[in-house]
Amino acid sequence: MNEHQSDNAKALVCNRQEDLVRQKGKNRKAVSTEKVLTVEELHVSFKTFGGEVQALRGVSFDLYKGETLAIVGESGCGKSVTANTIMGLIPQPPGRIKNGKVLFKGKDLTKLSKAGLRKIQGVDISMIFQDPMTALNPTLQIGEQLTEGYRTHHKVSKADARKKAIEMLELVGIPSPEERLKQYPHQFSGGMRQRIVIAIALICEPELLIADEPTTALDVTIQAQILELFDEIQEKTGVSIILITHDLGVVAKIADRIAVMYAGKVIEIGEKREIFYTPQHPYTKGLLNSVPRLDLKEEELQPIEGTPPDLFAPPEGCPFTARCPFAMDVCDRVYPETTQLTKDHAVNCWLQDERSKLVFT
Amino acid sequence: MAVYIVKRFFMMIATILIIATLTFFLMHSIPGSPFDEERTTNPTIQANLEKFYKLDQPVAVQYVYYLKSIVTFDFGPSIKKPNETVNSLLARGFPISFELGMITILVAVISGIILGTFAALRHNGFIDYMAMTFAVVGISVPNFVLATLLIQQVAVTWQLLPPATWSSPLHMILPTLALATGPTAIIARLTRASMLEVLTQDYMKMARAKGLTPFRVVVRHALRNALMPVVTIMGTMLAGILTGTFVIEKIFAIPGMGKYFVESINNRDYPVIMGSTVFYSAFLVFMLFLVDIVYGFLDPRIKLHRKDGDV
Repeated sequence: MNEHQSDNAKALVCNRQEDLVRQKGKNRKAVSTEKVLTVEELHVSFKTFGGEVQALRGVSFDLYKGETLAIVGESGCGKSVTANTIMGLIPQPPGRIKNGKVLFKGKDLTKLSKAGLRKIQGVDISMIFQDPMTALNPTLQIGEQLTEGYRTHHKVSKADARKKAIEMLELVGIPSPEERLKQYPHQFSGGMRQRIVIAIALICEPELLIADEPTTALDVTIQAQILELFDEIQEKTGVSIILITHDLGVVAKIADRIAVMYAGKVIEIGEKREIFYTPQHPYTKGLLNSVPRLDLKEEELQPIEGTPPDLFAPPEGCPFTARCPFAMDVCDRVYPETTQLTKDHAVNCWLQDERSKLVFT
Repeated sequence: MAVYIVKRFFMMIATILIIATLTFFLMHSIPGSPFDEERTTNPTIQANLEKFYKLDQPVAVQYVYYLKSIVTFDFGPSIKKPNETVNSLLARGFPISFELGMITILVAVISGIILGTFAALRHNGFIDYMAMTFAVVGISVPNFVLATLLIQQVAVTWQLLPPATWSSPLHMILPTLALATGPTAIIARLTRASMLEVLTQDYMKMARAKGLTPFRVVVRHALRNALMPVVTIMGTMLAGILTGTFVIEKIFAIPGMGKYFVESINNRDYPVIMGSTVFYSAFLVFMLFLVDIVYGFLDPRIKLHRKDGDV
């Protein structure tokens, strides 16, 4: 079984991704062991007319200082809900944080009042949104949009805030920032707007940056520029990044660790190379298999058959059972416990359970 | 901007000219004359009167005189009101009508926007349902019905406020209420609808993610975008309120322009009809122009003018 898996895994990884993985590995300084954020057993649901959607069903992970954690998974798996919960942007109602903790600097963010959250939002934790075309207010000058958060939190004069804004625009690579401050979002291109969104997110020098699909709405050449910008900024500021995406190419380029989510749970988490080279969960393998590759013929692209489970009534056992080629009886009934494979690499799959190894060998 | 204003100015003049011409020919195409029902049928007197008011001349010549009166802004004497000129009627009546109209618009815009905003922020909550119930009632009940009801209940039965005339701020409350309810309801509905849409936009989420105060998020980020449709209907609403003042003035016995206008139509008082029509249309066209300017200030994406090099 193990042999079969590693063969399979090697075949999965596309050459380009492999290069990127190595490249990033080389440049990366040793990631610190200081925890910035701990998410524990997070359960979030949304009330709708059809019932209660169990969007998150026990999400746990740690984030270390200066690292980039990528959260990947298909649409509706709870990636964005995770991001919004950390950020305190879940509208309640209809949303409800039923259980779990988001620990940041010793505080549980889920227990904070709205006013308490506002002291953290934009200062310690900021967020970058998917579509730069809609993330900026079309009727306000970008100078105001840049400085308003900074001025709210730091009580500085207009001139100081302006100076800071110019500095930020320079950091994200926008030429002639002084003139640009007076302009409106519609006078910028998509890539430029995303740079401004990043500048807004970074202006208060946050410790944690949550990027919700920051490159999805951009074309490929701009994507590469923005990703490089992330790398650069992380090197300069040491900010920790949670990157939400379904684009494994992006993950390969800038992530340090990867958390794979499925149906509201983190099913596998590990260091990037471990996930790319030795994925252990059948879903992770399926995800890597379904990436189009330049070096293979078109027919060899393998989609994961089936659809994710209905989160109105999520299954008791492993949610991937119905689509899993290796499903066993137990999978349907009991959700597997976490198996720690290496220091970083953990997976929730019955195949990795000590007992199933006895069966397979 | 200057180019735009000059262009708009000429368009405004053209619009007023068309309205004036239409009014003139419509009026003259109706059979009869101002002196038909006069009891003094002495032909000499009638001929003299017609000569004095230039009604004996061909229509084309009258039209030229009429255009001249518009340009010089001297509409001449009233036919039916001795010792009054159109200008003196306008000078006396219009300020009162203007006051009523402006107070109404102010009340409608402010309360409509506040109501709509709170309804949207408490979507599907108690405030929302109350506001929308008010809006449906406000839109459905015509202002003259409301005016009569208000007089009956508030002024006659409860004796809280004076029932008529326009002599003190207290006198202004009932007419303003009657006239403003409809526009308030429309503005509240519009604000709510566009606010609900704006609240779901990404930039609202981003504003909240910046840790801004809720007040700033709503007023600075949401309201400005949500007000666009409100500004758009302001133009037509102005026309509605202006004509609404005629009815309300009649009911509350307010000595505004509406009274003279309606009387002049009944009496075929040609100079008064034409003078006030031209004056009112000029006023309306100018207000529409102001609305357009405000539009450009609210949304920078709307370009009022096109400079070279702009995309």
